[in-house]
Amino acid sequence: MRKWILATLLFLTPAVLLAAETAHLQHANIDLRDQASLQRGAKYFMNYCFGCHSLRYVRYNRLAKDLGIDEVTLRQNLIFGDAKPGDLITNAMREEDALKWFGVVPPDLTLETRLRSPDWVYTYLKSFYVDEKRPYGVNNLVFPLVGMPHVLGDLQGRQEAIVEPPATPGAEPVIKGLRLVKAGELSPKEYDAMVRDITNFLTYVGEPIKLERERLGRYVLLFLGFLFILTYLLKKEYWKDIH
Amino acid sequence: MSAEKTENLSWIDKRFPLSETWRKHVSEYYAPKNLNFWSFFGSLAILTLLVQIVTGVWLAMSYKPDANLAFASVEYIMRDVEWGWLIRYMHSTGASMFFIVIYLHMFRGLLWGSYRKPRELLWMIGVTIYLFMMATAFFGYLLPWGQMSYWGAQVIVNLFAAVPVIGDDLSVWVRGDYVISDATLNRFFALHFLLPFLLAGLVFLHVVALHHVGSSNPDGIEIKEGPKGNRWSPTAPADGIPFHPYYTVKDLMGAVVFMAIFSYIMFFNPTFNGLFLESPNFQPANPMLTPPHIAPVWYFTPFYAMLRAVPPMYGSQFPGVVVMFAAILILYVLPWLDRSPVKSIRYKGPIFKAATAIFVVSFIALAWLGMKPATPTYTLLARLFTLSYFAYFILMPIYSSLDKTKPVPQRVTS
Repeated sequence: MRKWILATLLFLTPAVLLAAETAHLQHANIDLRDQASLQRGAKYFMNYCFGCHSLRYVRYNRLAKDLGIDEVTLRQNLIFGDAKPGDLITNAMREEDALKWFGVVPPDLTLETRLRSPDWVYTYLKSFYVDEKRPYGVNNLVFPLVGMPHVLGDLQGRQEAIVEPPATPGAEPVIKGLRLVKAGELSPKEYDAMVRDITNFLTYVGEPIKLERERLGRYVLLFLGFLFILTYLLKKEYWKDIH
Repeated sequence: MSAEKTENLSWIDKRFPLSETWRKHVSEYYAPKNLNFWSFFGSLAILTLLVQIVTGVWLAMSYKPDANLAFASVEYIMRDVEWGWLIRYMHSTGASMFFIVIYLHMFRGLLWGSYRKPRELLWMIGVTIYLFMMATAFFGYLLPWGQMSYWGAQVIVNLFAAVPVIGDDLSVWVRGDYVISDATLNRFFALHFLLPFLLAGLVFLHVVALHHVGSSNPDGIEIKEGPKGNRWSPTAPADGIPFHPYYTVKDLMGAVVFMAIFSYIMFFNPTFNGLFLESPNFQPANPMLTPPHIAPVWYFTPFYAMLRAVPPMYGSQFPGVVVMFAAILILYVLPWLDRSPVKSIRYKGPIFKAATAIFVVSFIALAWLGMKPATPTYTLLARLFTLSYFAYFILMPIYSSLDKTKPVPQRVTS
């Protein structure tokens, strides 16, 4: 028994030590089983994000199948231009144009939630604030000096930074938080729900197989548990005459 | 067995020692009857190697070793290839599980004194296997062509550049270019495919050596030197039992538990909180953008921490490189460092036990420090733990001969 505990400790130490250091992020509270939310997320993505960001490892028809979207709806509402349902979700923005407009090429977002985490994406979309020094007039709390304009700004409204004067003169002022100074088309609650749907959708595209693997995993563990009982009894039977 | 079957078998046996091999290595290989928890990891290591080879071959059927295509081909495997996600997760989880199993297997060797006479060569073949494993893992980690793949490889290959005089040429020779590039990816893929088969050959030698000298056991005594005669043979060691069926059924049970742990990770947490699959690797390699923090995968971090801990001398990082490789190579001479009259830690005294405990703490602490950015405090800690890691080996001839030991039993205890 003692050895099992020791082995478990040896095995788990790194996992415990590596606990995330991202306490300031807001909890996205998404649900990958909520297909309506994923469908809304797909709609928002195609309407607000897709102009600049691609999902170049995802196919339209896979997305439609997993999200319960029929082919007619897919073709009419989600596929723009002459893309076919079996195509990857790439967009037409040229790199040199992107560099001219934003200074960076907008990243592909397929794996964004795996690179940064769903909570990061959720918080990021809520953390734009007015900063006249930036080319598009906005900055972001979790992504300082971001090159992207606040595409959802009309919906969210204007946020300003709550700045605390620096402790020592000459130091950088500290941002304590954000406050809404001009309401947008959506209430803060509606905006949160929208951002949550986008985050949910991006989490799905990050790993479309996630729910399926967890479903299968239960059966695999159940089977192995059963197999363990058999092999344990087999071992006991053989070993009963060894003293 | 029917007469016909016996006839067929004898036809084969006249031409190939099939029955003889089976008897010698399986049904009449007598292993000590007191093997415990720690002896599962040998057979589990073979199982994991097989998993890695089989999943690796299948991944290679869809993977593209091309700097422009590699990253996308991994996502293609994860999304479009039938069961590709499972094969890929099995391979990525298997890599870390392989190291966990091997570290526990090696630790077993330290506990039981399995490296002592007559098992010195067995141990040294094992250390060579470990070196080949590290090389294989290092080559494989570049293949997904993510940011961490790229910059991890950049850091490690740059170690060769620290070698005096020939360093720069050497690192260019390893990369096939002045930076990690398509040429590097191609050769790493070729080597990553080749090495596991050499590894399998080394495992064969390891098992041949093991069956020649016999398995060690938790008591650290030789069953071959004890009384003879058991239920199966009058000449076999009295404390030995046939490997088959006793240890085949026992290892089967161990394998099921192992597969359950493996499956739990693979199905429910395949990134293992960013340890087995690091999140920066979900971004394609970008030679123009250095990530803020570069750390190798967890199984290399103890040695990476040592590398960073050693201060440069005469403006060269070479001493750190030497220390890092010495930390692994010192294992080769371990059989001659231990002067204790007993083999197993069970009968060794308090000094040896304390030294082993400090060694384990040092190794785990270095693994953790290797993942962290180097701050002055962490560097100081890494230096202390590097010293205690080496002290375990270098001082062993002294403390192992000073240490009090308990009397060793004549027969194995259960």
